[in-house]
Amino acid sequence: MDGLQAVVNEDASLQHWGRCVSLEFLLGVGNTDYLIRIEEGNVTGVRLRSLPIESGVFTIRAAADVWAEHWRPVPKRDYHDLFSMLSAGLAQLDGDITPLMQNLIYFKELIAAPRTIVEGAEV
Amino acid sequence: MRMEPCYEPIIGRYCNLETAGIEHRIYVEEAGEGIPLVCLHTAGADNRQCRHVLCDEEITNTYRVIAFDAPWHGKSNPPVGWQNDDYQLTSDGYKELVQSFCSALDLDQPVLMGCSMGGRIVLHLALAAPDDYRAVIALEGADRLQPYYDTSWLNRPDVHGGMVSAGFVSGQIAPESPSEYRWETLWGYMQSGPGIFKGDLYFYWQDGDFDDRSGKIDTERCPVYLLSGEYDNSCTPERAQATAERIKGSKLTVMEGLGHFPMSENPALFREHLLPVLEEIALGSE
Repeated sequence: MDGLQAVVNEDASLQHWGRCVSLEFLLGVGNTDYLIRIEEGNVTGVRLRSLPIESGVFTIRAAADVWAEHWRPVPKRDYHDLFSMLSAGLAQLDGDITPLMQNLIYFKELIAAPRTIVEGAEV
Repeated sequence: MRMEPCYEPIIGRYCNLETAGIEHRIYVEEAGEGIPLVCLHTAGADNRQCRHVLCDEEITNTYRVIAFDAPWHGKSNPPVGWQNDDYQLTSDGYKELVQSFCSALDLDQPVLMGCSMGGRIVLHLALAAPDDYRAVIALEGADRLQPYYDTSWLNRPDVHGGMVSAGFVSGQIAPESPSEYRWETLWGYMQSGPGIFKGDLYFYWQDGDFDDRSGKIDTERCPVYLLSGEYDNSCTPERAQATAERIKGSKLTVMEGLGHFPMSENPALFREHLLPVLEEIALGSE
């Protein structure tokens, strides 16, 4: 996850898709929870959740090996897309998903962005 | 210096058609001569998805390819008074539309090829009127499906319907499909009328299941071809396989590296699967 902030913020197109997004959401990678803060489409922070009371507007959660496959350059079917992962029972959504739905293409592209960092991403 | 226009072979025009007692103004495109091949687009989209089939000389040398926008879609208007009702597609209404269209154009035993909801209705028609069609090709079509999201997100004032529709279906496109065609396919979804994708999904996910009757399709009278994309998480290869097992004599191809929109997301790869099917149908017609 270390490279997520840089890869998103170097992508002007992705930032444009998220220009109306300012919030913090939680990405669960196995037992590790990351809080990702976004301001007008820029990722301004990626930090480990340090207190149980901390949460994001919504949560996207999957097992570490599921994310590793999602972040491969050409993922296997069912792992290639957030909603494919959901329909296959490989991921879960919680919280207020309205901002996710309002900016669905942005969030799908954002969570897939590590694909561009390294093949077979280490998480 | 004036540049000469480089026209594609597609001719587009409008026809006025009555179906179920309602007058419709339907936009139709066609190219080629020969066996009529009627193409049906996916839910919430329009006939632009078929443009590569319409421009493929290997197809249009043998087939008269015809693709129309269903009412409420693309350049086909909704009927007069549309503002008073929610749009909702039903199995009976969709069957009648396709039958009325083929009858109005006086098509002699056309081949029907539909994708997604179009792929479902061609199976319904193979059961309802097997002698009216030379064959049916169901792209991403199954006799039983399972919804995987809440369609109420598709038409509400706080979410842009076109953007969320495109967002939903983006995952139905295979990862290796060319970027140009991925985004062109999504553009079509972004242009859909309010609530149209949702109304189509009523047929696709609720009213259209007929796995209790699909086994009655007589493939001797109307050959059935099923083509299913590997990355389709709606009409999955497993659901297409289950459909093929129920429809005895049907022929299934799982298309690796393709998703739910084979004709528009990766036309070059799709034609490798389509051409042999069309050739087989044409040989059977001789």
